[in-house]
Amino acid sequence: MVLVAENLSIEYRIGKTWFNVVRDVSLAIGEGEIHGLVGESGSGKSTLALAMMRYQEANARVSGGRILFEGQDITHASPAVLAQIWGKQIALVPQNPLDSLNPSLTILEQMTEVTRRHLGFGTQEAYEHACQSLQNVKIADPEQVLTRYPHQLSGGMQQRVMIATALSTRPRLLILDEPTTALDVTTQAVILDLIRDLVRQEGASALYVSHNLGTIAQLCDTVTVLYGGEVMATAPVKTLFGKPVHPYTIGLLASLPKVTHAHETRLPTIGGVAPALQDRLKGCAFASRCSVAIEKCHQEKPTLERADEGRFIRCFRWQEVAEGIINPRITAQESPPDAPPKRERVLSVRHLNKTFTEARWFDRLLGRKPIQVKAVQDANFHVNVRSTLGVVGESGSGKTTLARAIVALDAPDSADIELLGVSIPNTLKARDKQTLRNLRLIFQNPNDALNPYKTVGQTIGRTYKMLSGKLTKSEIDARIGQILTAVGLTPQYAQRTPAQLSGGEKQRVAIARAFASRPALIVADEPTSALDVSVQAVILNLLKDLRASEGASYVIISHDLDVVSYVADWIVVMYLGEIVEQGTTEQVYSTPSHPYTEALLSAIPQPDPTQKGRGIRLEGDVPSPRHKPSGCPFHTRCPRFIGSICKTDTPPLQTTQDGHQIRCHHTLEALTALQAVPESETKAHD
Amino acid sequence: MISFIARRVLLLIITLFITSALVFALTQLLPGDVARLILGRDASPQRVQQFNEEFGLDDPVVTQYTRWLGGFVTGDWGRSFTAGNPFVRPLVIERLGNSLILASVTLLISVPIAVFLGVLTALYANTWVDNTVSVLTLAVVGLPEFVTGIVLINIFALGFGWFEATSLIQPNQDLNQWIRILALPALTASFVLIGYITRLTRAGVMEELSKSYVRTALLKGLPYRQVIIKHVLRNALMPTITVIAISIGWLIGGIVVIESVFNYPGIGSELIRAVEQKNLPMLQAITVIIVFAFALSNLVADILYAWLNPRVRLS
Repeated sequence: MVLVAENLSIEYRIGKTWFNVVRDVSLAIGEGEIHGLVGESGSGKSTLALAMMRYQEANARVSGGRILFEGQDITHASPAVLAQIWGKQIALVPQNPLDSLNPSLTILEQMTEVTRRHLGFGTQEAYEHACQSLQNVKIADPEQVLTRYPHQLSGGMQQRVMIATALSTRPRLLILDEPTTALDVTTQAVILDLIRDLVRQEGASALYVSHNLGTIAQLCDTVTVLYGGEVMATAPVKTLFGKPVHPYTIGLLASLPKVTHAHETRLPTIGGVAPALQDRLKGCAFASRCSVAIEKCHQEKPTLERADEGRFIRCFRWQEVAEGIINPRITAQESPPDAPPKRERVLSVRHLNKTFTEARWFDRLLGRKPIQVKAVQDANFHVNVRSTLGVVGESGSGKTTLARAIVALDAPDSADIELLGVSIPNTLKARDKQTLRNLRLIFQNPNDALNPYKTVGQTIGRTYKMLSGKLTKSEIDARIGQILTAVGLTPQYAQRTPAQLSGGEKQRVAIARAFASRPALIVADEPTSALDVSVQAVILNLLKDLRASEGASYVIISHDLDVVSYVADWIVVMYLGEIVEQGTTEQVYSTPSHPYTEALLSAIPQPDPTQKGRGIRLEGDVPSPRHKPSGCPFHTRCPRFIGSICKTDTPPLQTTQDGHQIRCHHTLEALTALQAVPESETKAHD
Repeated sequence: MISFIARRVLLLIITLFITSALVFALTQLLPGDVARLILGRDASPQRVQQFNEEFGLDDPVVTQYTRWLGGFVTGDWGRSFTAGNPFVRPLVIERLGNSLILASVTLLISVPIAVFLGVLTALYANTWVDNTVSVLTLAVVGLPEFVTGIVLINIFALGFGWFEATSLIQPNQDLNQWIRILALPALTASFVLIGYITRLTRAGVMEELSKSYVRTALLKGLPYRQVIIKHVLRNALMPTITVIAISIGWLIGGIVVIESVFNYPGIGSELIRAVEQKNLPMLQAITVIIVFAFALSNLVADILYAWLNPRVRLS
């Protein structure tokens, strides 16, 4: 075993009290093994991972148990001993590469300081070694990259640099703390491949921390599931995903939205919320949310039992689950009857353009031409009544700009927007109250979207006062109560402030605020990306329920294709400000599809370890919108690149009879033929 | 970067132009007749007439301004209203020189101490070291300069007799004499700066210490000293350096009180005198010079910041 934790407990000090954040964790990482550590926010997974290399924040301490590295007890190792282990034998690849690199030192300096210290390299030797390390992570021009500062590199490049640095001393163990969370899905796929190959090639071991079950399934050999600071289960990856027995694992896997989820069903969810730090109970940490919990579960803490080879479970009832006597899986309920989408349009957008101009007064003085960044170019689409439009694309695709242009937060340069069949102005000022009432926005991060000094009631009441004309105080209060009930909270929540709410509750309040004016259309920008998987499922169900009960329609912006596929009837795929494909969810997710859509779908890590298909990988980064490629904007990365025509000519918009649109130089028949072959395996199935 | 500097220099020139016009306009609003004030109540009308003609005070304001501006740019800053009508420029330059000397000595004293204390308090945040230094520096910042000045005079000049209480600068004085004169005013100004820069440095270092790249550096197994000096200070001192640059402007134009307490012949005390005497040519020249000092130190601060920070320099 390379790294072993035995009954490890970690405490944090808040004020004068010590709270247990990690309790009694035992974990062993073998030679050449990639060990996954999965958990939701607050589960203590990052704290645990860093503690495994004996790093902790100033207000944290190891309160019990021990850590063995290569057989040596490092639980109380001195800083001098740790300085010999860190960077040399155990290396960290952190979550956010830009924050983790020093902004004012060159990449060269930050890479070579490790090898100079641990391997005793001289300047020249260290330089050559750094070039080699960068080549190993598939960076084509290492000499160039070494002269750069972190901010001059893309996120994917920064993370490659972090990985190259970590591997440059050939460490025995890598700690990978959510290494792809800050990256786009296409970049994530490339980085995961790289990690897998390099860890194998170097014969190293790794601890891979993530909240993303898909990446865990794709990368890891063994998985440990953490909940409330405790290990719920440890198992080989195929067993864990194939035959989960712990109720939490089962719930977690079931709550993932998938393409194959029938649209009429709700996502199975785990009820309740994760226990807070201060109320870690005497019973099982998961008992309060467990559908098969019995009295004993609340009273006693189950031990981590060895089920079979390499498999450990902390549950009193796991055998009953394994034998099929009880089923903790909450069966997906039918959605309330949802009238099918109507043919009438709630929103119609034609020729929407949005350009950002970067010009300084000094440039104007010198008569320089301002830089024009075309964020959205000639977008055309519509949303039917009672339907959901999903907009997907990587960062920089213009999807958020599009959302803000529709609600006129950033007025478009030009557009013909019709709401409920009536043409509406493009600027917020020119829009009347009726329009504002009918068109509402839900922001990405509920933490920023709610005024922390206002109660929930004040926040929602304001919408009523502003948009709903003359209402008495008691009428407003009654409506606030109603809408809070509709989003699954109670009227009592009106008295609370955002600080007293969990992330999921905040997003419910934000949704309640949006629905308060009974809008015809709600634009939601990444409504679940700041939330945990189990909370995400609850919010997605809520949006579906409200569509049925309130009769609203949605435009949902998301980078997560699984989310979009689950909620949307119609999908728009954007790349560098252009709509490259749109169609019904079925059309977009099956052939023929635009090569970019194909690559996006192929890059999604499937939560199924038996499907480790490599699929299509996009080389390079998304080009800057300032230097948008000519012809087809995707030609620089396109795996189906034809030739010079893609570079020079704008591809034609091909439309099928049932409205499916693809903008590509390939004919639809050619695309179908190209895509017929092996990539079909990337389709998810449970 | 070059375009950035060019842009800022252009802004500086515009600033100076506007302030000079503003100062000129304000001096026109001063109550009372300048000639009578300078010449005395009993001056004959002919004498007043002659004075106004000599200095062109009867001309339209715009003519006066353009004449003054043209002269200022070409180095003719006019003649003082005071007895003997000496040229303004050598007087102002001499006073400016004295102010620069005081400013330099103040920075030499305060910057090393303040940066040291700032880093120390940040590294030992919320311990007795931090608490002691923080209380002391805060107390010193809170005290008005004339109080600290007078206390220092009582202790070190009147008590120990080590330094001079007033600043009589003689031609050809030796270094020892300079030290005796400069010590107390420089120390008084330093007190204000030390408190301020210490707090700023502490905040800067503490903010950087909480950033992820520090963890990355530590987890590379680098020695703590190296992490602090190479990684943390490089970023943490950026705001400190710019504030030091800005404080040069303050040291030249803003320490009138300290100059008064010590009778130091800096440009600030000369400004007060020019106001009292309604010595318009002097007043205008000094104001423009002080504004220039402020604007220039701001410019230097901005350029330094951009130059030190690759995120600004290379974007």
